[in-house]
Amino acid sequence: MKFTIGWLKEHLNTKKKDSELIERLTDVGLEVESFENLNSDLDNFKVAKIINVQQHPNADRLRVCDVDIGQENNVKVVCGAPNAKKDLLTVYAGPGSIIPKNNMKLTISKIRGVTSYGMLCSESELNLSDESEGITELKIAKYSNKIGENFFKNKNEKVIDLSITPNRPDCLGLRGIARDLAAAGAGKLIKISKNNIKKHGTQKIKVSISKDKNQGCTVFGSCLIEGVTNKESPQWLKEKIVSIGQKPISAIVDITNYVMLDLNRPLHAYDADKIDKEIIVRNSKKGETFEALDNKEYKLDDDMCVISDKSGVLGLGGIIGGTRSGTEINTKNVLLESAYFIPRSIRKTSKLLNIDTDAKFRFERGIDPQSIELGLSKAAELISEICGGRISNFDIQKTDKYEKNKIKFKVSLFEKITGFKVNDNEIIKILIDLGFEVSKKKFELDLKIPTWRPDITQSIDVVEEIVRIKGYENIETLEPEKTKIKDTLNKQQKLFHFLQRSIASKGYFETVTWSFTDSKINNLFRENLKEIKIVNPISSDLDVLRNSIFTNLTFFLKKNLDRGFKDISLFEIGPIFKDSKPGEQLTVIGAIKSGKISRLNWNEKDRIVDVFDVKKDVIQTLAEAGYDKQSFFVREKTPSYYHPGKSGSIYLDKDELDPVAYFGEIHPNILKKLDIKTEGLVGFEIYMDYLRENKIKLKDLKPNFEYSDYQKSERDYAFVVDKNVKAQDLIEIISSIDKNLIRSIKIFDIYEGENIPQDKKSIALNVTIQSSEKTLEDSDLEKINKLIISTVETKSGAKIRS
Amino acid sequence: MSDIKKIKDEYLNKLDSDLNLESVNQIKTELFGKNGQISNSFKSLGSLPTDERKKFASDLNSIKDELQDKINSKLHEIETREINSKLENEKVDVTLPEREFNQGKIHPVSQVIDEISSIFSEIGFSVEEGPDVENEYYNFTALNTPDNHPARDMHDTFYLNNNKELLLRTHTSPVQIRTMLNGKPPFKIIAPGRTYRSDSDQTHSPMFHQVEGLHIDKDTNMGHLKGCLNYFIKSFFEVDKIKMRFRPSHFPFTEPSAEVDIGYEIKNGKIVVGEGDKWLEILGCGMVHPNVLKNVKVNPDKYQGYAFGIGIDRLGMLKYGINDLRAFFETDYRWLNHFGFDPLDVPSNYRGLSR
Repeated sequence: MKFTIGWLKEHLNTKKKDSELIERLTDVGLEVESFENLNSDLDNFKVAKIINVQQHPNADRLRVCDVDIGQENNVKVVCGAPNAKKDLLTVYAGPGSIIPKNNMKLTISKIRGVTSYGMLCSESELNLSDESEGITELKIAKYSNKIGENFFKNKNEKVIDLSITPNRPDCLGLRGIARDLAAAGAGKLIKISKNNIKKHGTQKIKVSISKDKNQGCTVFGSCLIEGVTNKESPQWLKEKIVSIGQKPISAIVDITNYVMLDLNRPLHAYDADKIDKEIIVRNSKKGETFEALDNKEYKLDDDMCVISDKSGVLGLGGIIGGTRSGTEINTKNVLLESAYFIPRSIRKTSKLLNIDTDAKFRFERGIDPQSIELGLSKAAELISEICGGRISNFDIQKTDKYEKNKIKFKVSLFEKITGFKVNDNEIIKILIDLGFEVSKKKFELDLKIPTWRPDITQSIDVVEEIVRIKGYENIETLEPEKTKIKDTLNKQQKLFHFLQRSIASKGYFETVTWSFTDSKINNLFRENLKEIKIVNPISSDLDVLRNSIFTNLTFFLKKNLDRGFKDISLFEIGPIFKDSKPGEQLTVIGAIKSGKISRLNWNEKDRIVDVFDVKKDVIQTLAEAGYDKQSFFVREKTPSYYHPGKSGSIYLDKDELDPVAYFGEIHPNILKKLDIKTEGLVGFEIYMDYLRENKIKLKDLKPNFEYSDYQKSERDYAFVVDKNVKAQDLIEIISSIDKNLIRSIKIFDIYEGENIPQDKKSIALNVTIQSSEKTLEDSDLEKINKLIISTVETKSGAKIRS
Repeated sequence: MSDIKKIKDEYLNKLDSDLNLESVNQIKTELFGKNGQISNSFKSLGSLPTDERKKFASDLNSIKDELQDKINSKLHEIETREINSKLENEKVDVTLPEREFNQGKIHPVSQVIDEISSIFSEIGFSVEEGPDVENEYYNFTALNTPDNHPARDMHDTFYLNNNKELLLRTHTSPVQIRTMLNGKPPFKIIAPGRTYRSDSDQTHSPMFHQVEGLHIDKDTNMGHLKGCLNYFIKSFFEVDKIKMRFRPSHFPFTEPSAEVDIGYEIKNGKIVVGEGDKWLEILGCGMVHPNVLKNVKVNPDKYQGYAFGIGIDRLGMLKYGINDLRAFFETDYRWLNHFGFDPLDVPSNYRGLSR
């Protein structure tokens, strides 16, 4: 909402300085977006005189003008206007000026080889009229002694731009803003003087509101003004319209816009001669069409509120008028409309047709239904003043009465909510200043709500009115209480933070990427999950919710590889989506690692990242998080985006149904499809939702410290086994032989090749044997040694290697 | 006597010269070997008359000790010298780089969330979370923003189906609703998380982060709201004093509503939060609207309280001098390295929020 301070002062009698008014606006909740000199951008526009005109050497249509801008030297300006001639007085815009019409900023530029210092402007470029054929021609009598002066006057006018919240339609008009300021003590609201327009006879065009279901119009006021002479608006009106960034059109249109901005009372002016017999406010029928003032043809659906005549639709009520009945410069008879449309209906129609207009914006928020006659009389008065004409009586059709709402306001509620006290008389004064009717009872106030405040429906709204006018700075700042109702984090949240930092501590950079991704990438990682499309994506390559963290990780990995990084470790912890209902999401950690370990290192040999790098990271992370590494179980089955032979899934123990993690090389096909060039790419995923909660708290785990001081013995074995025998199975066989004696098993060598049959491999293990009861004797050790060999041989078909 | 004195002086003298291990051992033999001079002197002890013997023995012993000490120290000296010279040869260039290590990083958003959680933990808030996909009811209707409310236009919502029933939450406020529906007052929670709006430019990202706060009790009023936010902002920016301004505003789910500005100034091209004479909008808040309480079956005549919503990314930008929001989500390795935090830097109350 833009307006000048001068305009505001037509409603507010105040001696406050501008800066105080600005501060007070903010204090009452009318946020000041900007406050600037109206002409700050327009200071660069000077009255200028063309001294000489020459043909442009390289262009037939262009001329090079020497222009006097009141300075020592004339400036050269290249100009294409046919009317540029010697001695013409016109408007010059210097470099740095912003052209009002298109907000283009001028620079010194070469035009076909000739440098042009600025521009000579047409009326259209200055938003003065639609005249764009030639440059502005100024009257010699008026401007000949003003060369070099600013073309735009009222230099001291300041423009305020307010950001009005949707609950305050009343402040979309100057009067509403002035009222708030007055209530807050920044001046006195000036009474609207009763105007004495002479009305002649009844309004001759019949108006009716049909009794359709969900009729969107409940009041339709109108007035006919006959015999007008439409024309350009007088200077004062033009300046008002320009000051708020709009373009003057004609007196009648400018007047309706002026009243709308002044009182937040939208009006519509019809050329009465173009109305076929009568006005019928009714619901549209599917398929009806009309051409709106934005020059677009709209095809209507059922039940949209239209203003029509005998020949069809004239306009969409409260949203936009039609070209068929619009006023023109030669309009003789005007029908003024001042109506009330129901916000819900406005919103529904404008959404369906995708129309956004100033009127729609206002009606959707709620227009004062009791401002119908005020609007008609103010506009009619101005029209007859400027354009002449005979004003008819007002015709008001209504299907609803719109009486003031009532609220019983318990005064004590104010202190209960805000924590401070304001005495009753002050409360009453604030409310009266805001337009409430107040009658005082013992503990409560009977309030009648002003009809321009559709946002006030219950007591809490009244509290807000009082506290915002009184000032939020009066609210005391109370020390926060430290009482806790619940632990800050629950177990799952603690685990989240633990895992996040645990993975980062292994050299990974945490990233955060959008929860949506490109469906083409997503399909590579989607597996059997459903594709979840976004109906209105921000762009076509961010069109689905991600089914896997790897989607964005691989995408951004590629970007970093392209930046020249090679050895990259990245992870993200966040949601992936299984389906489109709330809660059908999982929290997953995805991590990837590319390139080499120890690249270009003087003392370690480099090697390409491999599956055991990520296996270590994932197992270590889970172990650090408190899960028992001894019971982890690895299976080969993994999603198809992993290398089928170099990936695994981890179960917390053998009997669990869902794996808690996957790890492995990323499938080479995926690298190819995504055009990722790296020596190696491995990754892992941890599914937080499948990690069961550790039921036992750490404090309960700690007390049992058991250890053995008896001597440890170590034995080495090498077994020759079938190639498909898994290390995990061998370890399990050995460890289950005697859980009390066998303390640890380490695999220290895997060998295939010479001396070993082709379908076999040799696994060398080191077993630590220790009793917690005694020092083992040679015979005990021999016994367990034999048992280990025989058990492994029978259970796995292995042969001890001699 | 004079003999052994002579031996002593002779050998002490010898031992003072520059000797190798061999020569010292040679001396040792000459003195203490089977026929060594000292050994022989001891043997001669028996042939001395009794009155001389005692004195001689005493002198001889002290000379023996003296020589032995001298030999030991000489040996030690040689050993040390030899070790030193050996170590000298083993010398490496310690300015060569160490073995490779990779320092991981925590994303600024995560760090800021942990900082926020730590601060609110101190004043009794617990952390709640909710789904990223919401239905229209939890995201809007229950929050007193019915279908025809123009405030919905301020949220450019991503929808997942054509009837606009399923959407990506536009704020973390639906967590309020879920929390209150699932429990009984009092409530004292914060809800950090991802939020989505169909808006993308320098200062807007289609995904960003918000933390919602909610405190409902029997007489929690606007003074508590002010106190809570004042405490939070001061703690978060780690300053003793902060200029704060509460301005009336409008949100459908709070009444009265406020926006909060903090004072700042520009120093060396960077925003410095605290004093200053400029205002920066930082959050929205207010007293939870009675309609919202009714929607979650909490009696607004008995319970009341406040809610607030803060942009997490923006807080991080202000605190750590990051000027581009979009960079948060672009996974530039250089950016992550520069703005990321060490994983061991866990914000906590006793250690302080940041180093």
